[in-house]
Amino acid sequence: MSEYLILIYGDESASANADVEGANILMKGHQEFGERNAAALRGGNALQPTATATSVRQNASGGFVVTDGAFAETKEALGGYYLVEAADLDEALALAKQVPMPAGGVEVRPIRTFD
Amino acid sequence: MLAATVRVTGDIDLAEECVQDAYARALTSWGVGGVPQKPGAWLTVVARRRAIDLARRDSVRERTLPLLVEPVAAELGDSDAPEIIDDRLRLIFTCCHPAIGTDAQVALTLRLLCGLTTAEVARAFLVSESTMAARITRAKKKIAMARIPFRVPPVAELPSRIDTVLTVVHVLFSTGHTAPAGADLIRRDLVERSLDLARVLRTLLPDDADVAGLLALILLTDARRPSRLGDDGHLVLLPDQDRTRWDRAAIGEGIALVREALARRPPGRFALMAAIAAVHAQASTWEATDWTEIVGIYDLLVDMWPSPVVALNRAVAVGLAEGPAAGLAALDVLGDEPLLATYSYLAAARADFLRQLGRSSDARMAYEEALLLSENAVEREFLLDRLAQLDS
Repeated sequence: MSEYLILIYGDESASANADVEGANILMKGHQEFGERNAAALRGGNALQPTATATSVRQNASGGFVVTDGAFAETKEALGGYYLVEAADLDEALALAKQVPMPAGGVEVRPIRTFD
Repeated sequence: MLAATVRVTGDIDLAEECVQDAYARALTSWGVGGVPQKPGAWLTVVARRRAIDLARRDSVRERTLPLLVEPVAAELGDSDAPEIIDDRLRLIFTCCHPAIGTDAQVALTLRLLCGLTTAEVARAFLVSESTMAARITRAKKKIAMARIPFRVPPVAELPSRIDTVLTVVHVLFSTGHTAPAGADLIRRDLVERSLDLARVLRTLLPDDADVAGLLALILLTDARRPSRLGDDGHLVLLPDQDRTRWDRAAIGEGIALVREALARRPPGRFALMAAIAAVHAQASTWEATDWTEIVGIYDLLVDMWPSPVVALNRAVAVGLAEGPAAGLAALDVLGDEPLLATYSYLAAARADFLRQLGRSSDARMAYEEALLLSENAVEREFLLDRLAQLDS
């Protein structure tokens, strides 16, 4: 078995503008996803919007530059993730397709292991 | 052989090493004991044993051990035995997984399933060898790192996965039909392999129009093989081929498949290409060919599949239907197409129309350009012949 990180990307303005009903449907979707795939799930979280992000970069003189905002400004921002266990990429993709993604999509990345 | 070894290793790079190792052993062993009765099977068994040895030794690969339970003894069979074809099918679906970039899918299949060198694959794709090497390495890494499974997808997923596989089998056939480099015009092994795969795909998806179309296309095109090479080994073009030598059984099977594929709407691109081949197959001579019909089919094909190579073939058909001046005009539109800039057929087709129009010096330049771009020895021979005729 291998582990994969499913990164959930979405348009933040769309979810910020969603009404209570929309938010509830999304929440319920994630709950159902979690229940249906409990055996494969190794972890997962939702993230606060990129407006709350702080980026830290190292500068040439060995110090740090701390800036407001996400590392890269993109239309679709990372909004949450699941860590799953799967036999192969096809199994991981089958899980990924069940993740609620109302305003974007997901990226599936294999977890690197060190021997 | 590689396909069978990948099934053991679950790792393409490792499998390639094992196969190379098997060839090295063959040099020693066959020198002493003579060539075995089934050299292909011998090599496959040696490569797979090597893979198993390595996997046992290498604790990192413990997770691939379940793959090792497959019986090795059974592999001594004929190289066209069903289980070998199944291995090829698995490898082709792995190479054509949607998680791999479209460009890399076909390249990877040609490299791994058909054993073409990176340079040969690069030529087939009209890109540089270093670009192709990087593309293939990246794809192999992805298969290993992301663990793309080595299997034929379940029936429900087949329709969405088949298109890429058909494209690859088609490229495989085209590459075998006119080898991109080397001494032989035809690579029999690649043609046979593409035909086998098309037949297996047809049993997997008997109702798919494109599968039927591709099988028809391969049958109808390959039916001309007995007449494509003259007694002196020179390339004989369609106009000059002895049509009585065409394989009538293959043509009959192909035409039945074309009818079946065209009956489904909309007709797929392979069905349309097969329909063009069927028009040729049914014409008793080159002069009797219904070129207007062929241009009509190309018009549908260009709409469905806006490939510069298809547009080039259409332009040639226009020239045959309406005369060399119209053909030249249709070719000139394609002159700016960057993908065709290194493609010898564009220059060769221009040269032919120019020659027919009596513009000898322009024709000479175009033939010389085509010569610079072609690396197939038989094709080059043909172009040199045409050049010599211009001088006489």
